[in-house]
Amino acid sequence: MTQRWVVVIKVAVWAACLAPWAWLVIRTLGIAGSLGANPQEEILNVCGKTGLNLLMLTLAITPVRRSTGWNRLIAFRRLLGLFAFFYLVLHFLTYALLDLGVARWPTLLEDIAERPYVTVGFTALMLLVPLAATSTQGIQRRLGRNWVKLHRLVYVVGVLGIVHYWWQVKSKADVAEPLLYAVFLALLFAARLLHYRSVHAKAAVPPANQRVEPPQPREKPSH
Amino acid sequence: MTKRSDPKIKPSEITPESVFLNRRTLLKGAVAAGLLPTIWPTASEAVTIPANGQFADVKKWDGSTGERVNSYEDITTYNNFYEFGTGKGDPAESAHSLKTSPWSVQVTGAAAKTGTFTLEDILAPHTLEERIYRHRCVEAWSMVVPWDGFPLADLLKRFEPTSQAKFVQFFSLADPRQMPGVRSPVLEWPYREGLTIEEAMHPLTLIAVGLYGKVLPNQNGAPLRTVIPWKYGFKSTKSIVRIHFTDQRPQTSWNMAAPGEYGFYSNVNPEVDHPRWSQASERRLGTGLFSPRIPTLMFNGYTDQVAALYKGLDLRKNY
Repeated sequence: MTQRWVVVIKVAVWAACLAPWAWLVIRTLGIAGSLGANPQEEILNVCGKTGLNLLMLTLAITPVRRSTGWNRLIAFRRLLGLFAFFYLVLHFLTYALLDLGVARWPTLLEDIAERPYVTVGFTALMLLVPLAATSTQGIQRRLGRNWVKLHRLVYVVGVLGIVHYWWQVKSKADVAEPLLYAVFLALLFAARLLHYRSVHAKAAVPPANQRVEPPQPREKPSH
Repeated sequence: MTKRSDPKIKPSEITPESVFLNRRTLLKGAVAAGLLPTIWPTASEAVTIPANGQFADVKKWDGSTGERVNSYEDITTYNNFYEFGTGKGDPAESAHSLKTSPWSVQVTGAAAKTGTFTLEDILAPHTLEERIYRHRCVEAWSMVVPWDGFPLADLLKRFEPTSQAKFVQFFSLADPRQMPGVRSPVLEWPYREGLTIEEAMHPLTLIAVGLYGKVLPNQNGAPLRTVIPWKYGFKSTKSIVRIHFTDQRPQTSWNMAAPGEYGFYSNVNPEVDHPRWSQASERRLGTGLFSPRIPTLMFNGYTDQVAALYKGLDLRKNY
């Protein structure tokens, strides 16, 4: 793949990631369509769903790269991860500022402390903050193996995100969608588990501290 | 049979047994041909579902709220009607498949006049009022809706409930051919709800057949639904096909799905939170992107009218 194609694909991925946001803006401004009867809820749902989707895609990059051998994919992992963070921050701000409103900040604190699904969602977002903050290549290089360890938190975020979604459906029988996410995440975990086991089996008695480390991404990010 | 010897029932009011036993066949054929005498004499200004979709004579009720009424679009495109899907826009999108004519309502249980009645019979003697009520959903959003209807009590009295009728249960239609949502087991179908007889007979409790002076759109529960303005929205039953009088507290669909979250009473109460979210405030739809939530009122603002129904009842336990 030539450098030019990488640029084209990157632009396409940027466009795809920004599309849900752009569609919200267009509808908010009334240029086309509308946000419907409950605009706060619509923004909340679009941002939450898009954030979760991007988070799942971010988590899928490594297993897909390994099974297809398409190593260029890694170039999109950070981009998708940061866009997931972008939408989840918007999701939170919509809830805190547009829905509850600044004046209801005590309710916000109460919700975070007392409503389990809010607690879980807020925790997930807080865990994403250090990941977003350490996503530059400079910091990644400086942290080395610790960066990999730190960024394993994203699995926890994925699980918490789905729990957050799961706990707000109205009836127990209405879990089809969060269940779909849970199955997807379980498949990703299974793929990683299989990978570690095969790595483990191949390595002839490796030093203990290297046993569970995933291989470092080999490429130099292209720019 | 006490029912037959009840002196309050005039012999003329008793449906002949042959008619009763074959009532469905008779109703279907004869009503269509306009031959069957209705159970009750038809009033001269009988309410019917108008062909042009616009009710002619709707009196303004003087108890209506003066708050800003939600737009027809908001009221008819943002609905919870799980028979047509769990998304708020699903009912508006797919409720066109519901056939509301012919329609009949089965009346069963502890009442003198039970049987199956056509929608025309149900509506005939009543006069419509426009009542503007606040509508508060358990999900913490609210609207202001101009309903067209008549007190449920006026209808229920015609069935002459007996002293055994302590509760009234309502059932919605559950036809998977007309209602795609019924194909998935999201709730116990048919949708069922219930009220105490006092709640059902309360003058605020409404049978709605229209909104904004127009025939009720399918997504809002056509052709007839209940409206109980001091309770969360799910307590009202849309597209009613059966009314059952009973001495037992009836099963209700949401209570069956999650008993810890949706109680039998489900009165609007800012002090009793849903286990997962606060009920202290609500989002009034149609007020714009930057408008704050408003405080939720006890009994949705109908305390003066309904608080007496719950005297001595612990509303925290009886949520």
